[in-house]
Amino acid sequence: MNGLRTIAVASGKGGTGKTTVATNLAVLLARQGHAVQYIDGDVEAPNGHIFLRPDITHSRCVTVPVPTVDSSRCTGCGRCGQICQFKAIVPVKSSVLTFEQLCHSCGGCLRVCPVQAIEEKPLDIGRVDIGRTDGPDFVQGTLRIGSVRSVALIRAVRTHAADRGVVILDAPPGTSCPVIAAVRGVDFVLLVTEPTPFGLHDLKLAAAMVRHLGLAHGVVINRSGLADEATEMFCRGEGIEILARIPDDRRIAETYSNGGLILDVAPNLGDIFSALARRLLA
Amino acid sequence: MKIAVTAQGPDLDAAVDPRFGRAAYFLLVDTETMDFSLMENEASQAAGGAGVSAAQAVIDAGAEAVLTGNCGPNAFRTLKAGGVSVYTGVSGTVREAIEGYVAGRFSPDAGANVQSHHGTEPQE
Repeated sequence: MNGLRTIAVASGKGGTGKTTVATNLAVLLARQGHAVQYIDGDVEAPNGHIFLRPDITHSRCVTVPVPTVDSSRCTGCGRCGQICQFKAIVPVKSSVLTFEQLCHSCGGCLRVCPVQAIEEKPLDIGRVDIGRTDGPDFVQGTLRIGSVRSVALIRAVRTHAADRGVVILDAPPGTSCPVIAAVRGVDFVLLVTEPTPFGLHDLKLAAAMVRHLGLAHGVVINRSGLADEATEMFCRGEGIEILARIPDDRRIAETYSNGGLILDVAPNLGDIFSALARRLLA
Repeated sequence: MKIAVTAQGPDLDAAVDPRFGRAAYFLLVDTETMDFSLMENEASQAAGGAGVSAAQAVIDAGAEAVLTGNCGPNAFRTLKAGGVSVYTGVSGTVREAIEGYVAGRFSPDAGANVQSHHGTEPQE
């Protein structure tokens, strides 16, 4: 295959099987001879490594700029506090306070300070690990405990995306800012759901999100066979294609629980993922 | 002396609001005359930085002390920078809080007594 194709694996609800689908799909595509990179963008709980067991070849620290104030230069004009929309820099009487955890790193305070009393310093928000497996190349982001800057970290992780082949991007659950940061601009979003009222409820939110972002998307039903009708009816009504059904099977659950890939558990699973891969790369 | 009390309602008989940044109102009370003015807390519904915003409003209103239930670290730091004494653990009505303050029953500035975002969580 020529060029680049980026496929995000997302869901509304957590625990539906995003990482199961993403890791198995990445391994299958690699076996088929594609250049594949798996990116774990679920930076608050990256766990694709459990299934892919990469050798990490290098890591880097990710920082964001936050302001620091030279009080000897500050004239107390207050402009920094006026421009900040997040109360991250606050002139109070004769001093200027900064609150790193509230800062969004826009740089506005630096620009409006008339006496250059504000400089930026780096705030450590997490790290990116890059490695190899027998199959896909591997990248993951890990948010530093206590940091709230998952969007900035996800963007940093995505700068390590390959420029050719297939990129499988494992997104965080939900429908808020970190997910948007993970899926924006991808070629296709696979929405993994489970046939429960919770799965369907959150699938509706996720489908609305990707539609709002104008992204091509399709559904994978995991634990299929429980009670798929409501999910199927929703997808039919919305014109969303169901691209794969992973059966509700005890062997799959056991393999997953042991950190194994489910591709080889039953012969039809390889076929299910192969059919999914064909549809995604068509 | 002018002090600010967090209040769940608009008068001296209202209960002290246990939250600082997310308090409904601040009553600015003259401790000698018990005259007061009402200030709505514009930060109460803010997405973030409510404690800092509320602290700025209290400083700008000229209060010398704050009586409240709980105060988080960002609000506490801002109030201290503004020279405002912070009394936490205060409950009952606003009137009772003022009386307790005048009688010297509270001690100030023990520090922030809750984590950030405490006032956005369900209260016990």
